Amino acid sequence: MPNMSLKKNPMPAQEPAVRAHNFDEVALGYTPEQAMDEAARCLNCKNKPCVAGCPVAIDIPAFIGKVKEGDFAAAYEILSRSTSLPAVCGRVCPQETQCESKCVRGIKGEPVAIGRLERFVADWHMRNAQEKPARPTPNGHKAAVIGAGPAGLTCAGDLARKGYDVTIFEALHTAGGVLVYGIPEFRLPKAIVEKEIDTLRDLGVKVETNMVIGKVLSVDELFGMGFESVFIGSGAGLPRFMNIPGENLKGVYSANEFLTRVNLMKAFRKDNPTPVKAVRRVAVVGGGNVAMDAARCALRLGAEKVYIVYRRSMEELPARREEVEHAQEEGVEFLLLNNPVEILGDEHKNVTAIRCVKMTLGEPDESGRRRPVPQEGSEFELAVDCVIMAIGTSPNPLLRSTTPGLDTQKWGGIIADEETGATSREGVFAGGDAVTGAATVILAMGAGKNAAAAMDAYMQDKN
Amino acid sequence: MYTILKKEALNPTVTRMDIAAPLIARKAEPGQFVILRVDEAGERIPLTVADTDPEAGSVTIIFQIVGATTYKLNQLQVGDSLHDFVGPLGVASHVEGLKKVAVIGGGVGSAIAYPIAKKLHALGAAVHTIVGFRSKDLVILEDEFRACSDLFKVMTDDGSYGEKGLVTNALEALLQAGETYDEVIAIGPLVMMKFVCKLTKEYGIKTVVSMNPIMIDGTGMCGGCRLTVGGKVKFACVDGPDFDGHEVDFDEAIERSNMYKDFERHQYEETCNLFKGV
Ligand SMILES: Cc1cc2nc3c(=O)[nH]c(=O)nc-3n(C[C@H](O)[C@H](O)[C@H](O)COP(=O)(O)OP(=O)(O)OC[C@H]3O[C@@H](n4cnc5c(N)ncnc54)[C@H](O)[C@@H]3O)c2cc1C
Ligand SMILES: Cc1cc2nc3c(=O)[nH]c(=O)nc-3n(C[C@H](O)[C@H](O)[C@H](O)COP(=O)(O)OP(=O)(O)OC[C@H]3O[C@@H](n4cnc5c(N)ncnc54)[C@H](O)[C@@H]3O)c2cc1C
Ligand code: SF4
Ligand code: SF4
Ligand code: FES
Repeated sequence: MPNMSLKKNPMPAQEPAVRAHNFDEVALGYTPEQAMDEAARCLNCKNKPCVAGCPVAIDIPAFIGKVKEGDFAAAYEILSRSTSLPAVCGRVCPQETQCESKCVRGIKGEPVAIGRLERFVADWHMRNAQEKPARPTPNGHKAAVIGAGPAGLTCAGDLARKGYDVTIFEALHTAGGVLVYGIPEFRLPKAIVEKEIDTLRDLGVKVETNMVIGKVLSVDELFGMGFESVFIGSGAGLPRFMNIPGENLKGVYSANEFLTRVNLMKAFRKDNPTPVKAVRRVAVVGGGNVAMDAARCALRLGAEKVYIVYRRSMEELPARREEVEHAQEEGVEFLLLNNPVEILGDEHKNVTAIRCVKMTLGEPDESGRRRPVPQEGSEFELAVDCVIMAIGTSPNPLLRSTTPGLDTQKWGGIIADEETGATSREGVFAGGDAVTGAATVILAMGAGKNAAAAMDAYMQDKN
Repeated sequence: MYTILKKEALNPTVTRMDIAAPLIARKAEPGQFVILRVDEAGERIPLTVADTDPEAGSVTIIFQIVGATTYKLNQLQVGDSLHDFVGPLGVASHVEGLKKVAVIGGGVGSAIAYPIAKKLHALGAAVHTIVGFRSKDLVILEDEFRACSDLFKVMTDDGSYGEKGLVTNALEALLQAGETYDEVIAIGPLVMMKFVCKLTKEYGIKTVVSMNPIMIDGTGMCGGCRLTVGGKVKFACVDGPDFDGHEVDFDEAIERSNMYKDFERHQYEETCNLFKGV
């Protein structure tokens, strides 16, 4: 008999007033009892509508069925057939627009908490599984992966499981991509990412950090070194600014810089050598996950007031629902339908205020969202000492400018076949944010997975 | 492992080190830089590639001890290793086609200017070098510069060596005496570069400066190194570090470089105390 409760089992979480001052994980995860109770809400639908909402087509009812039986090891086995980072996806996927949006239980009441169950199973596995994965038999072929974000890690893992000798080249000193430099500790503990990377190492994957491809080595040199195929998963790391007056004042950060200082360089630890400005009143411009993360980090660094300044309304806000709710509970203030026009500073060029104009929503634009239009004469100033620009990123030009014959879109994205990731260069495949522009972890993983299959076919074909 | 192969104190606050980094040694050109971390929890700091030996697989860095990280770096000895060492980053200096150049170096900026002077000399250009230091005991790389310069002048603030005065005084004297240059390359403290540019603007001589804003990743990812050049925002780590000095907004750059001053002073004191065992 299924559990017919209309509501999901609530996620145990740290109290907002407490967590707003620490960097520990906010959501604490289900207990086995909670997980089994939630799993019992799944109707095990024959046509599996939820699976169609998952970019990597996890067999959702099958894994949930095992959770219901309390056979968590079997549940993990099913998950790991489709995803290599379940502990990550269970935490950061925008489930409300993916798997859970298709769940029939969502028609009346809340959908099954698929993401939370995925996270539960992955965490259970990490705590309980002892055995290391068996090293695959080497097949004698070498492949290179550029970038150690979700796309590159997934591609490398899949190739290694097929017996390839895989080396990942990562520009930063730590592997993980946005998972380590962008998404904060309180949403995705770095130990989890490290564990996933250790699993790859156990499979025989080599991870070379401090390797900016295009500078230290070029793609052509990689081929010269005996790599038969190359995957580019270099992400979309180039920050955008608004080009408004005052953007170079002291106290204006790109979200990338702010989050990198806080997460990758651990500026939140008191004794840490990398500084971040002591902030008291912060305006974060933007409405995506990046903006929520920056706002919640600022709060945790001790800011008294943190505003989200977003030019559309709550309905259009692109961040995951859960993050918006968490941010609100923690005390982040949402200034919706506002757009910054200028940042003001004092004689030492420290930020003192941000000037915004109020917006109204007009006709829908190309993206289908209603276009914000400035209201004349509605400008006002908000006193702040820090402004964080979280208005998007685009792919870094480094690889396209150093790889002859690699075709890219006007805006910088690498042109790659949707199914295979094949680019205009033979043997070079690409996927993730480097191809799509800033998107999601699971889409990047899906792209890495598809590319690994295509690279395998390509290398087998050639030999 | 980025092992320290050689270490030499050039003056009481400036150290030269050769680091084993074969891939970088093969690629680096004058004007490019590396980013390093001394240890596991360390800060990322940029330093210019002062020289390379592709055969030995080594990269030379010359650094001034100004704060916590450079202090810790200087504590390391031959045989120790750096945790991270990445490069070559940035765009190489443009040296092609230059026939006669004035190279101006201020303080440790001379170390950054040296590889460019050396390369220009090797390409057959006439090189006039002017370097400035506070006093005699701080003068570095004199023999190296002499070997690649057609004219060499040392200036000291207190007159304890060479001529007394600023590098701009020496450059102005040369220009007044009728010297002409295809280009002036000025590398040193922001204020020095600002005044060199002011002078060369009057004489209408193209001037290239090497900017050293605070950096983190050095790959164009954070935007922390941004500057205003010709009214446009540029990222020094990927668009530079060399820029047309007449276009750079120096006042903004000077303010931005002070952003973490209090924090840095505190870190420095803490680190010194740590090593002195206080
Ligand atoms: C703050 C923030 C919060 C987010 N929150 C979510 C969320 O909640 N849910 C979600 O699904 N998505 C979220 N995203 C988006 C998601 O993280 C990305 O879509 C995803 O990480 C893209 O993966 P990727 O592998 O394509 O690229 P990345 O994760 O960007 O990794 C690319 C890697 O390549 C390296 N690299 C770049 N150039 C080179 C080079 N030349 N040589 C060598 N290495 C190179 C980079 O250093 C980086 O490590 C968030 C993004 C940010 C920034
Ligand atoms: C492209 C580039 C090339 C450079 N080359 C050399 C070189 O060859 N030799 C040399 O001695 N110095 C060089 N510098 C400057 C050097 O990076 C700083 O002196 C060093 O980072 C100081 O670190 P610290 O922790 O010891 O001092 P801190 O106490 O952190 O800072 C002392 C001073 O250094 C500046 N500074 C601090 N952090 C950084 C940073 N991450 N990037 C840049 N400046 C910073 C600060 O504005 C401050 O005025 C270069 C800088 C850049 C950007
Ligand atoms: S990977 Fe993401 S979309 Fe797929 S089932 Fe898990 S949470 Fe849902
Ligand atoms: S749609 Fe919902 S109820 Fe049906 S199988 Fe999927 S998760 Fe279970
Ligand atoms: S140092 Fe980060 S963009 Fe230049």
